[in-house]
Amino acid sequence: MNWKQLLIGTAAASLLAACSSTKPPEAAAPAASQPAATSVAPVSSGEQNQTALDPLHDPNSPLAQRSVYFDFDSSVVKDEYKSLVGAHADFLKSSNGNSHKITIQGNTDARGSREYNLALGQRRAESVKKSMEVLGVPDKQLEAVSFGKEKPKATGTSDADYAQNRRADIVYDGQ
Amino acid sequence: MFSSNSLFRMMLIVLAFACNLAKADMTIEIVGGGSTRHAIAVVPFKDESSRLSDPLTLVVKNDLNLSGMFRVLDTSKVSDLPFTPASIHYAQWQGAGAQSVAVGTVSDAGNGQVTVSFSLMDAAQKKQLTGGQFTVSPDQGRQVAHKIADMIYQAITGQQGIFGTRIVYVLKQGAASYQLQVADMDGGRSQTILRSKEPIMSPAWSPDGRYLAYVSFETHKPVVWVQDLATGRRRAAANFKGSNSGPAWSPDGKQLAVVLTLSGNSEIYLVDAAGGGAARRLTYSDAIDTEPSWSADGAKIVFVSDRAGGPQIYSMAATGGDATRLTWQGSYNVSPRLSPDGNTLAFIQRQAGAFRVMMQDRANGDVRVLSSDPYNERPSFAPNGQMVLYASVQGGQSVLYAATLDGGNKARLAVLNGEVQDPAWGPFTH
Repeated sequence: MNWKQLLIGTAAASLLAACSSTKPPEAAAPAASQPAATSVAPVSSGEQNQTALDPLHDPNSPLAQRSVYFDFDSSVVKDEYKSLVGAHADFLKSSNGNSHKITIQGNTDARGSREYNLALGQRRAESVKKSMEVLGVPDKQLEAVSFGKEKPKATGTSDADYAQNRRADIVYDGQ
Repeated sequence: MFSSNSLFRMMLIVLAFACNLAKADMTIEIVGGGSTRHAIAVVPFKDESSRLSDPLTLVVKNDLNLSGMFRVLDTSKVSDLPFTPASIHYAQWQGAGAQSVAVGTVSDAGNGQVTVSFSLMDAAQKKQLTGGQFTVSPDQGRQVAHKIADMIYQAITGQQGIFGTRIVYVLKQGAASYQLQVADMDGGRSQTILRSKEPIMSPAWSPDGRYLAYVSFETHKPVVWVQDLATGRRRAAANFKGSNSGPAWSPDGKQLAVVLTLSGNSEIYLVDAAGGGAARRLTYSDAIDTEPSWSADGAKIVFVSDRAGGPQIYSMAATGGDATRLTWQGSYNVSPRLSPDGNTLAFIQRQAGAFRVMMQDRANGDVRVLSSDPYNERPSFAPNGQMVLYASVQGGQSVLYAATLDGGNKARLAVLNGEVQDPAWGPFTH
């Protein structure tokens, strides 16, 4: 009972934190800057509990990693990102996580047709989505969308900049 | 028709329709030119500068110049300029090489209105080729100028002029400022019809010119919207799970071809332009199918697919079914548009890192380069089929070009202070 109330309170707090933040998804680690959230202060060892119950806001949680990077002209999820995808899939299937939904936002580095790049970014997002479906995450918790080349993280034209933009981001609950 | 949600979105995004932001932020610069042009003298109209707030004959001359069909003679050194047919010294104008002479007056019509009268006279025959009278308010000089240019163009070439048509494009200023702008085809009288902090792309005109469909990312995913230009009202026309993009109106204005990802892949569907109804799927490949565009008769849809590896252009019946590949040269061919008569396919081809506007003759498959600038985007035909509009980047500056089909005449509509993206030439609207 108490545990449930605490969970609801924490969820509400995290929603509020989400509302007040206009930063892009990769910056979503507000727990680090709010070590003693006042809403859970009365509960003994509240900070630890919050961390344990709200891994979405724990910068040390594997769930803090939200970006999957791709090779040039590829939508294959590389082996090095399997554990990242797996951690999110496990959370989304868990009793803590199964009320959450994620959006997977695909991006591209290329110049050329905006619409074709949108489709290429979609292919990357769908690739991450399929990996999660294979791991048993229900379709209703997943949406794959694309930003194409419209919202580059890096605006330069070096190979390193382009590599930054060959990316799919995992975004929780429309944040 | 409008949910409270969409009304809320309207509040979030400032709609600045019917707001003249900048009156002349584009300038026309002619690049190249042919030799078989009709030589015309357009004499400044009597009292135009004192009775009209915008230039008149300057706009007429710019229009005729950018069409590539005219050689506009310099009249600045001629003394004793005529304003009426009766005062034209034809021998003098013929001696200066003029095949025709346009003269006119602007007079007070009372009630704050002015009357613009003009005549186009054949210099050899001394006969009127066309002419007319327009009573307007003093701030409508540009509209009248485009109308006069259309009448001159029609009289000389026998084809309908496109100077009264409009264009749409996205103006990006910085990382988080997007404006969907509609302007006269020469870039004048630009209006912002939608402002957003999130990207806007792929604007498409309805066949009657009253609506624009476009893709907006304002809800943090691509959604196809349709907006009424007169009222500013808008609604989501395709907002399915996943991405929604690439709107293209059927020539009868009843359907939109769109790209949806309901199957886990980008595929082409049809939705009712009026809203409601289910999406009807047209393509079933495992590859990307995108960038649909209709033939003028509504029978075919051309589109981009990478079913053979890289992106190539295909054609299929507008009801779906088997597709025919149209491009065989180059590894990256995108953004197809068929000319109004269906005889020419304009598209973008990647060539050694450059993106060029290409023109394919549909009868024999011959392909030629229209623009050799390094980076071009999204060609579209003028509604009379005689010119192509596209975006280009030159020296770090982003510009729009209107080019004749042979590339012999390119008018640069230079836009200041921003990146111009995804242009589209609008339809005839009368």
